[in-house]
Amino acid sequence: MKPLKHIESNTVALPTVDIDTDQIIPARFLTTTTREGLGDNLFHDWRYTNDGKENPNFLLNQNHNKDCQILIAGNNFGCGSSREHAPWALMDYGFKAVISTKIADIFKSNSLKNGLLPIIVDEETLNELVRQSGEKITINVEKSEMTISNNKKISYEIDEFSKYCLVEGIDQLGYLQRHTIEIKKFEKMRTWTP
Amino acid sequence: METQIPKTLFEKVWAEHEVTQETPANPAILYIDLHLIHEVTTPQAFTLLKNQNLNVRMPKLTIGTMDHSTPTVPIHSFKDIEIAGKSAANQVRTMMQNCEDFGIELFGFESNNRGIVHVIGPELGLTQPGKTIVCGDSHTSTHGAFGALAFGIGTTEVGHVLATQCLLQRKPKTLLIEVTGLLNKGVTSKDLILAIIGQIGVDGGTGYVMEFKGKAIDNMNMEARLTICNMSIEAGAKSGMIAPDDTTYNYLYDRPRSPKDNDWEEALLRWKTLPSDSDAIYDKHISIDASKLVPMVTFGTNPGMVIGVDESVPEKKNDKSFDKALEYMQILPGKPITNNEVDVVFIGSCTNSRINDLQQAADILKGRKISKGVKMLIVPGSQKIKKEAEELGLDKIFISAGAQWRESGCSMCLGMNGDTVKSGKLSVSTSNRNFEGRQGKGARTILASPLTAAASAIEGRVADPRHYL
Repeated sequence: MKPLKHIESNTVALPTVDIDTDQIIPARFLTTTTREGLGDNLFHDWRYTNDGKENPNFLLNQNHNKDCQILIAGNNFGCGSSREHAPWALMDYGFKAVISTKIADIFKSNSLKNGLLPIIVDEETLNELVRQSGEKITINVEKSEMTISNNKKISYEIDEFSKYCLVEGIDQLGYLQRHTIEIKKFEKMRTWTP
Repeated sequence: METQIPKTLFEKVWAEHEVTQETPANPAILYIDLHLIHEVTTPQAFTLLKNQNLNVRMPKLTIGTMDHSTPTVPIHSFKDIEIAGKSAANQVRTMMQNCEDFGIELFGFESNNRGIVHVIGPELGLTQPGKTIVCGDSHTSTHGAFGALAFGIGTTEVGHVLATQCLLQRKPKTLLIEVTGLLNKGVTSKDLILAIIGQIGVDGGTGYVMEFKGKAIDNMNMEARLTICNMSIEAGAKSGMIAPDDTTYNYLYDRPRSPKDNDWEEALLRWKTLPSDSDAIYDKHISIDASKLVPMVTFGTNPGMVIGVDESVPEKKNDKSFDKALEYMQILPGKPITNNEVDVVFIGSCTNSRINDLQQAADILKGRKISKGVKMLIVPGSQKIKKEAEELGLDKIFISAGAQWRESGCSMCLGMNGDTVKSGKLSVSTSNRNFEGRQGKGARTILASPLTAAASAIEGRVADPRHYL
């Protein structure tokens, strides 16, 4: 995982609530055995018309949004299936952060393990960000702080361990492996075995 | 003597699996007792292991099956798998190779134990009270019906479990859902969980482990309880749990992988300590009166958009997301939901594909024909259930009613195995998600119980099953 310390990008807003992982990447694209290339099918059924052409009404297809790295989404983003293909697709497309009032547990966990930053804000802030979508914001990952228009600073909360892993680009498997002694001890000491 | 702090079922299972406790700086390391794997969410995890030259720490604690991208037509050779596309067949092949390379038991095509991952765990007796159970699948919450702590994980975490048998976890909060009263005739556990999701919303459980208790739960068989815990993820919950009781123990007794003889007696003593202490404190508490419920059906594009089958669809309310859902569904607001004509009926999925679900559907379909123009697929949750249903003659009831009877698998729940609902068609489905395009691009899904699904197949429109009982 690459270290993620700083993000600076225009934003794009999909304010629909409860955007589930089936919308982010439909199940029929999950018959892959790799992580790569999923960005082409990100939001597939919203992004393309039935004849496979780009849907001009979908925000990501509009030129000024094409290089956005920050997605602002309605409440409860990433609900539904546990498919890690959802954050893989978002990252493959170019997103580095997702901002919402609530982000589903498994999607959030998957995002953090891949270097996609999930940010939770209150409703008022989300509405402000939606109103200002398209404008540039910067995110200081180390400080857990965003700077939006008029130089307004907004801090957000994030689990310390997850932040540390993001900022340093640390793979959490390595952390677990460094606890092999404790794991062995647990296995030896437990009163029953599964 | 030191007084013990009262604990919930969840807290007891959690505490017993902490390799290290969480601190503000670090999450807990949680030991995993059972890891279930399937073909869709594992290949990238095995690739990581191969690239880093890692072994599977405890191959005996991981069990594999094939369900998601596996077709439900009889499979004689790999050619038959390609019905769902070459990439699906490749995924299945990769699964077989990975399990062989790492010494993991796989219930493949030839195995009588094959089936949907959340159906075979309980069926084989692998799912047991007090275990921690994970799978790269959000419906892993299903196994919580046995008093296990069971939750879905991503592929990176599948790799963590394979390599270390552990996961890094923050302790979730607890939510008690007290179900008062008893369910009326024709109202099932599926209707109850849909009503709960409707009440708390699709994000109402986010950050929580739910525990369901009450007389209605006590009276349910294991299959009905599995349906409830299965859909706790649809309210965003980390997991759903039900305390083990005699119903649980009777179900597990003498299953192929249940403890035997002395081990059974020991396990039973341990399991009986698991139910929440009477004075245990939950972070949140809600209640619902089961006796007030009717059969439930969804009308929108998430499981929280749900009404009674005898109600009218809510009016549009100038809420973009709500109105967008109604437009997608092409269901008229303000009109009875039963006005809607049905094209497809699907009975199956990890939510409702067990023998009791099939028996309920058969009770309604027996001696009747499904409506002309309705396509009905009935897909057992496992090969064992298929055999059991055939021994009971259910397959004959289904086929003579005009339904198709298939091999086990996820089938039409998620349209990635050849079984799909065509664009624009309306499906009444016993599965768990009515998301846009879930059953196929442009497919419109109404979630319901097996009773409601069977009644709808007969009438060719959304129907109230109570008229048939």
